[in-house]
Amino acid sequence: MTFIYPVDSNKAHPLPLSPEYKSSIKRAPSKPLIPMRHTLSELTGPVYGHETVRDGDNDLTTQHKGEPLGERIIVHGHVRDEDGRGVPNSLVEIWQANACGRYVHVRDQHPAPLDPNFTGAGRTVSDAAGYYRFVSIKPGAYPWGNHHNAWRPAHIHLSVFGHSFVTRLVTQMYFPGDPLFPFDPIFNSVPDEKARMRMVSSFDLENTKPEWALCYRFDIVLRGNDATPMENH
Amino acid sequence: MQDSAKPNGITPSQTVGPFFKYGLTPTGDYAWNDAFTNSTLTPDVTGDRVRIEGRVFDGDGVVVPDAMLEIWQADAQGRFADPQDKRALPNASFRGFARCGTDKDGNYSFDTIKPGVVPDPDGKPQAPHIVLAVFARGMLRHLYTRIYFSDEAGNAADPVLGLVPADRRATLIAVREAGKPVYRLDLRLQGDNETVFFDV
Repeated sequence: MTFIYPVDSNKAHPLPLSPEYKSSIKRAPSKPLIPMRHTLSELTGPVYGHETVRDGDNDLTTQHKGEPLGERIIVHGHVRDEDGRGVPNSLVEIWQANACGRYVHVRDQHPAPLDPNFTGAGRTVSDAAGYYRFVSIKPGAYPWGNHHNAWRPAHIHLSVFGHSFVTRLVTQMYFPGDPLFPFDPIFNSVPDEKARMRMVSSFDLENTKPEWALCYRFDIVLRGNDATPMENH
Repeated sequence: MQDSAKPNGITPSQTVGPFFKYGLTPTGDYAWNDAFTNSTLTPDVTGDRVRIEGRVFDGDGVVVPDAMLEIWQADAQGRFADPQDKRALPNASFRGFARCGTDKDGNYSFDTIKPGVVPDPDGKPQAPHIVLAVFARGMLRHLYTRIYFSDEAGNAADPVLGLVPADRRATLIAVREAGKPVYRLDLRLQGDNETVFFDV
């Protein structure tokens, strides 16, 4: 299968400069990006599979001696291309705050407790159908210095590779119904509301495990259309 | 069930944020292992070994201590370690990908090999180059740029460098240090001498 990556799909992304998000003001390019055709350098990408991931790397609740505090969750879904096909063997990396909204990063100053049983990092590889699954705990909301009384809605950071170097995606997965959505300049940096809502997971009762963990579904859609769909169907 | 319904669009990007290090570039500082390092080198890789280093600056000329850079490149014969490159031969264990977080002074470095010539869509040769993705707090989406090498005569005819105004090309060309296989390239996210970023 040969994939093409129309640049129009990038309209779903935030603009580089989003002044409400203060950190973007000095870190967004001031000159327009230069358009170019994709060459083999853009159309290929790193291939990493199961050798990159150890058993249990997708369970953030079993990395230490004891169990982390907080609400245990399952986060699962498919990595897909723009035609809806699953993207197989794609590395998915995640990192997140603990249940209190505190990151283990040394520069996180939020006066909430660290959890000795929670680092907050995980990775997995999507299977042949593009399916991935993590077990974790629900991260807490946390304050940040962007403006007075600024709080980030609870989120999990994700990093995904896909079929080529131009499918590379780093994003954040949010939880449904978060009251902080209207006030968060990072969430709202995505101009189109429908696109914004594609960053919000859905509660998945069907796959919630009785007596054990709530489940959230999050499909990740990467760039890429099949250039020759008629040959394959 | 949720099988193959055509999506309405891609998942939008969000910033990598200030706290990615323990997940993506822990380098021994956190209780998590590194999936990647800042080196593409494998014991059996052929080609000229080079180091590329520099610093990342923001629009005020202040160093960016929380950026993450990723490189993707061909091997010394110009072939990519991806089955989508139909010309690729089973070539060593070279993968062509590396990742580096900047340090407190904004420094980055990569140990790699100088890539070979890769054709453009018309079959014209592109000068040896590395594709670079830049992520950081404050960047809502990563940016794409390229690293060329100052000692390559092919730069003058490179079709992608040719798209760039002449007075901005130097922002894409890593400069070889005298007598050493070390190339320097600083990245400027904004302002005077702003790095050229591509809309890919």
